[in-house]
Amino acid sequence: MSGAPPYAVDVAGLRKRFQVRSPSVFAKPQVVHAVSDISFRLERGRTLGIVGESGCGKSTLARLLMGLIEADDGSVLLAGQALGPKPQQLTAVRRKVQMVFQDSFASLNPRLTIEASLMFGPQVHGVPSDAARRTAHDLLERVGLEPARFAGRYPHEVSGGQRQRVNIARALALKPEIVIFDEAVSALDKSVELQVLNLLLDLKAELGLTYLFISHDLNVVQYISDEVMVMYLGKVVEMGPVQSVYAQPAHPYTRALLASMPSMDPRQRTQAAPLVGDPPSPIDPPSGCRFRTRCAYADAACGQTEPLLRWVAASAPLSRATPTADGVHRAACHHIPVPGGDV
Amino acid sequence: MSPHAAPLAQVRDLRVGFQSPRGLVHAVNGVNFEVRRGEVLGLIGESGCGKSVTLRALMRLLPAARAQISGAITVDGLDVPSLAGSALSAYRGGTAAMIFQDPGLALDPVYTIGQQIGEAIQRHQGCSKAQARAQAQDWLEQVKVPSARARLDNYPHELSGGMRQRAMIALALSCGPKLVLADEPTTALDATVQMQVLLILRELQQRLGMGAVFVTHDLGVAAEICDRIAVMYAGSIVEIGTAEQVLLRPQHPYTQALLASTLHGAQRGTRRVGLLGAPPDLVVLPAGCAFAARCPHAGNDCTQSAPRLVARDGASEAACWRLDVAQVRDGAAA
Repeated sequence: MSGAPPYAVDVAGLRKRFQVRSPSVFAKPQVVHAVSDISFRLERGRTLGIVGESGCGKSTLARLLMGLIEADDGSVLLAGQALGPKPQQLTAVRRKVQMVFQDSFASLNPRLTIEASLMFGPQVHGVPSDAARRTAHDLLERVGLEPARFAGRYPHEVSGGQRQRVNIARALALKPEIVIFDEAVSALDKSVELQVLNLLLDLKAELGLTYLFISHDLNVVQYISDEVMVMYLGKVVEMGPVQSVYAQPAHPYTRALLASMPSMDPRQRTQAAPLVGDPPSPIDPPSGCRFRTRCAYADAACGQTEPLLRWVAASAPLSRATPTADGVHRAACHHIPVPGGDV
Repeated sequence: MSPHAAPLAQVRDLRVGFQSPRGLVHAVNGVNFEVRRGEVLGLIGESGCGKSVTLRALMRLLPAARAQISGAITVDGLDVPSLAGSALSAYRGGTAAMIFQDPGLALDPVYTIGQQIGEAIQRHQGCSKAQARAQAQDWLEQVKVPSARARLDNYPHELSGGMRQRAMIALALSCGPKLVLADEPTTALDATVQMQVLLILRELQQRLGMGAVFVTHDLGVAAEICDRIAVMYAGSIVEIGTAEQVLLRPQHPYTQALLASTLHGAQRGTRRVGLLGAPPDLVVLPAGCAFAARCPHAGNDCTQSAPRLVARDGASEAACWRLDVAQVRDGAAA
């Protein structure tokens, strides 16, 4: 495609706050800072893995990108089109972005057959039913479900892994350019998980898709992603190429997350927990660096100023002007020795 | 510990079936294992393999009306299936205690943490309310809940997920059980919290010398905590041995496939091929080896009769007709 915008996803300064019910009517209203100032770019055909613990804002980010909730601030460009608040704008963008959720059963209508579920989206977007049915059968074949056997079944009549394949097929029914997976394989058994991940890799190669892959499982993210973004309490603390981040994690939180992965070898058991305590509440995040309350390196400076994302990898950055996810390894920590200074 | 000492728990030919509109679902089909004092036995396998049902049978939690249970279960000299009334109440909590996956569901939302732990201690030890509260605080401190005294008066919803799971561990251990039954206790937790809770469990289990059965589908978690591991498939144990034997030198093709399916430090671009197909229907179990339909080494003989667990020199016990073939391939791959 000539003249196509270079980035599939271009996010700048995205913020989302949620009001929480206060304990009393006289108390100051409480605000959850779910996503605070997130910027990144993702090239076409790449996969960005987003990792972090519960409450870090990764699912809120996915919902913001889908236009399911409205951002307080910041901009989202998907395949070159702005995600705006107007319904027409949303409809146009939604053809290009689709999402697969964690709960394969809850995300399918139990009263529609698998075929009807796959035809629903295209028909809403004006595809005649004959064409929609043909597409549905093609898609079922593509995700490894025999159309003759599965098209007429209802969601409760297939296994969890098969249902997630149906959800993937449905996400592809509108020929999207970008697919967002929110913990899409987390509920599956390990052997089924690997089958589904391999299917996603095949589909991406065949159809030239761009993936955003949200997961709390670092092994899964390492397997499927080109780039990885680590979030903590609504902030990006580290991002970069997956090899670089996994081999040389710069941020103390990323290091702790990686060290928390069990070793798989009973002779090399973990002896001490890499982090103590739970993540603090996003209602009143710590001042300065949000990780400082659990960080072994924290000092007075960490409580005063918020660290910015700076490039840490030895590889030369492609662009030093904007924080991107295009091959530059960056981390937000005051204690990282930085070869290239601030970016 | 002398090898001749009686095991803490012994399960012999345990079978559990559930009534369903389609017929009897054979959830557990002749399971045998022992748990020694101070030992953690892991039960691993995928959903529907019978690991949680086995655990519930040990705790006597299966519904009597719908479940058909046969086989012998002995825990600390007690004949578990025949327990009734006050003996059953004393067994649950006093001899064996269970830690569930979801502390949000297992704790009562309308009582404080202190009331729930205190009630269990009062019931089992017959001490005063004040003594029970003091012991409850002591247990919260042992599971490293910060400011334990204040936490006693919190309701479950006021605690974070990791804190709730620690409170449930304190509740389970508060009456001094000899056998701990843990059903995926860290699966719902975040990675950094999971490791903290695993380390607390391991430390307490070793310090108090309890035996434990630890159900998990996560082989990494099993590697961290289990001394021995039993791999279950379609309601049977297909391989059992020490954690090192099972995880580092797996004998059974299913264990090998499970390990191959587990992404662990898998680099991008290196394609991993896992296990294809699905487990068999538990209503109509195949006559021979239940894994034969998915097994890369299966031959005609595999579908004739079910294999039994066989021990080989220095390796785990595995139930497979083709152990030699499976090993040759394994050796060639390594």
